[in-house]
Amino acid sequence: MKPATRVRVLIVLAFFLLLEALCRTDVINNMTMIPPSQMLVALWKMAWSGRLWKEFVSSIRNVAMSFFLAVLFGTLSGALLHQMPRVRRVFDPLLASYYSVPFFALYPLFVVIFGLNDWPLILLGLVFSIVAVIVSTLNGIDRIPRVLLRTSRSFRMKRSSTLTLIILPAIVPQLFTGMKLALAYSFIGVLAGEFILASTGIGHGISFAYDSFDNETMYGLIAFTLILVTLMNMGLLSLERYFLKGRSR
Amino acid sequence: MSIAQDTHACLRAVTKVFPAQPGMEPVEAVGPIELDIRRGEFFAIVGPSGCGKSTLLDILAGLTAPTAGEVFFEGKLIQNEVPDGVGVVFQEDASFPWLTVWNNVAFGLRRKGIERAEVEHSVNHALQFMGLTAFAGAHPAQLSGGMRQRVCIARTLVLKPRMILLDEPFGALDQQTRLLMGDELLRLWRSTGATVVLITHAIDEACMLADRVGIMTARPGRFADVLATEWTPDRDSRVVSHERFGKLTGHVWSILREESLRAIGHTQLVGQGGSL
Amino acid sequence: MSVPGTRQTRLSRYFDFVILIAVILAAWQVLYVMVGTAALTPPTATLTYALTLLVEPDFQVHMRASLEAFYQALLIAYALGLMLGLALGFYRFASEVIEPLLSALYSLPKLTLYPIILLTFGLGTSAKVAFGVIHGLIPVALFCMNAVQTINPSHLRTARALRLSSFETIRTIVTPAIVPEIFTGLRVGFSLTLLGVLTGEMFASQRGLGFLLINAINMNDVKLIMALILILFFFATCVNGIMLVIDKKLHQRS
Repeated sequence: MKPATRVRVLIVLAFFLLLEALCRTDVINNMTMIPPSQMLVALWKMAWSGRLWKEFVSSIRNVAMSFFLAVLFGTLSGALLHQMPRVRRVFDPLLASYYSVPFFALYPLFVVIFGLNDWPLILLGLVFSIVAVIVSTLNGIDRIPRVLLRTSRSFRMKRSSTLTLIILPAIVPQLFTGMKLALAYSFIGVLAGEFILASTGIGHGISFAYDSFDNETMYGLIAFTLILVTLMNMGLLSLERYFLKGRSR
Repeated sequence: MSIAQDTHACLRAVTKVFPAQPGMEPVEAVGPIELDIRRGEFFAIVGPSGCGKSTLLDILAGLTAPTAGEVFFEGKLIQNEVPDGVGVVFQEDASFPWLTVWNNVAFGLRRKGIERAEVEHSVNHALQFMGLTAFAGAHPAQLSGGMRQRVCIARTLVLKPRMILLDEPFGALDQQTRLLMGDELLRLWRSTGATVVLITHAIDEACMLADRVGIMTARPGRFADVLATEWTPDRDSRVVSHERFGKLTGHVWSILREESLRAIGHTQLVGQGGSL
Repeated sequence: MSVPGTRQTRLSRYFDFVILIAVILAAWQVLYVMVGTAALTPPTATLTYALTLLVEPDFQVHMRASLEAFYQALLIAYALGLMLGLALGFYRFASEVIEPLLSALYSLPKLTLYPIILLTFGLGTSAKVAFGVIHGLIPVALFCMNAVQTINPSHLRTARALRLSSFETIRTIVTPAIVPEIFTGLRVGFSLTLLGVLTGEMFASQRGLGFLLINAINMNDVKLIMALILILFFFATCVNGIMLVIDKKLHQRS
């Protein structure tokens, strides 16, 4: 293990141990936060009783759908937008300020339009994450060395072959950046929606537990979210490493 | 317009003008150019920077269409498409970073739908020819600049092009590596019998490697002169010690010096020396 | 982000922008016609309502509350972010250790930390400010760190060759080199801090635009929801637009 990684692991462990100590000695009030060990116990109990499963499945399904749609449509839109520089130029400032508006305010509107089912949540996640994918795709295509496109012409390749055999592999690094962001934002969007107005899902679970002063459940779920996000990120990172094997450029 | 039998490619009254950017004038890059390249010859093009050498190569390859005039390859008109039988090696590294060396070289072949066994045979042969067999499983990022350029050459070679165009392929390499790569290029030329057109800014490289050297003027690029070097086909970089080499480079430079000064904006010529 | 491959006259760019606005407004109107008053209000009605709100003193109280909290959060996020970013930028090992942690925190749904913050700070302005800070701190730090790490080493060597003092080196070489990238970080941090503060107000306050928003959501006051979004969007886009122009100018000079 690299020294930096070792130090990092130690820091994270130290942090949680500190938290544990502070909670157990009541420096941090138990009404505010329960010790991390208790969070894990609560999480375990929920998992065992099957309560967690329902919320988890509900959220994950929506996150996955939102992620998948964001990556699909984001990549296509990005590729399309790249071919239309005038349109792209106009969208630039809007894309830049995209993330400062609380989009989950639109969530109730989605509910009214689509009904109280999964679709408003998926749409919310999608709205959050698609822009990150579009920007990453645009960035990736911008960075393709021109000489690779000239090479495709010197091989007399058709446009479709150039797209699949040269452009796509060339932008994989940026696509992964976009995907990592899309996953994070889909998660944020879906969870935010569940927080505000939903009947299932992890976000709803946390919000309900908070309102009911059920610290154990609430922190159990929060811990679960943290673990889940970390695992998802690690998964994406290994996938990225696999696909980018050999290209240290 | 008739084309001689042994002409492999030719340019007839070719001009290239780039349209004006807002607030600027249109750029007359090249022309008018008349050029005949003979089958199987090694033709080098030298010129000051910005004279349009690369544009000329693009036109010859079919990567760009000329604004006026016509380009022919093997008697047929080139229409904004790279003709079958032409291979191009670019100045920048064009190896695909996501493929291994082996897959890079196999790239063009695979797309032609050639049988697997034959692909393997050709690729291995090309790798061996370019001295890359030991690196077949490596990725370009792990190789030096010179080796990556060799990968690109191998990738072009394996398709057995009848005309190979090289745009300053050794530009990023140090002098000694360049000289060695020049020898390799000659070896390649002899064994494939292809027509080679080399663009370079290095006068010694042009005079050492080519059968004929075309000297371009400053922009708009035209041919100021075309010299015959009269080397024998079995030459290598050691012709530098030949007496004629000095005379050739001297002659080229006397023309090129004037053009280079013009290219960087000097209108006065300092001390015109004697020419050959 | 500069768009390669195009050069346009300024006039045609403004024209394109006007067309885009027109298209958005048209789409909005069409959507309204399709969906009805229960879900949307049409552009004109929203705009007029927003304007009436802006002059109402009660509304202005909320606006001021939001701006106050936002301003505080921004200052703290900027200060902490810059300090952290500079420290990480100059100390290699520290950045190797900490940067992955920051990236991980960046992609964490900070919504999940809200209960913790609420329980720690209680309801009120400090919670809002805290929300804002945790949203905006990380991008500022990351961009700042990156800016320092990508200083051209030849420039530093030149400074040594010219025998400049540390102070002069920082003034004439380091600062101009890192300002463009830091500014981008400040710009991104601006948007995210705003989002954080507004979200905070939605759950932790009785005052502010975020509070009005969540109230409107709970009472299904569609007109108010849309007017608020319009005002927020307009504010964010204007400031971001200005910051983008400055950002581009700074990057051009480098």
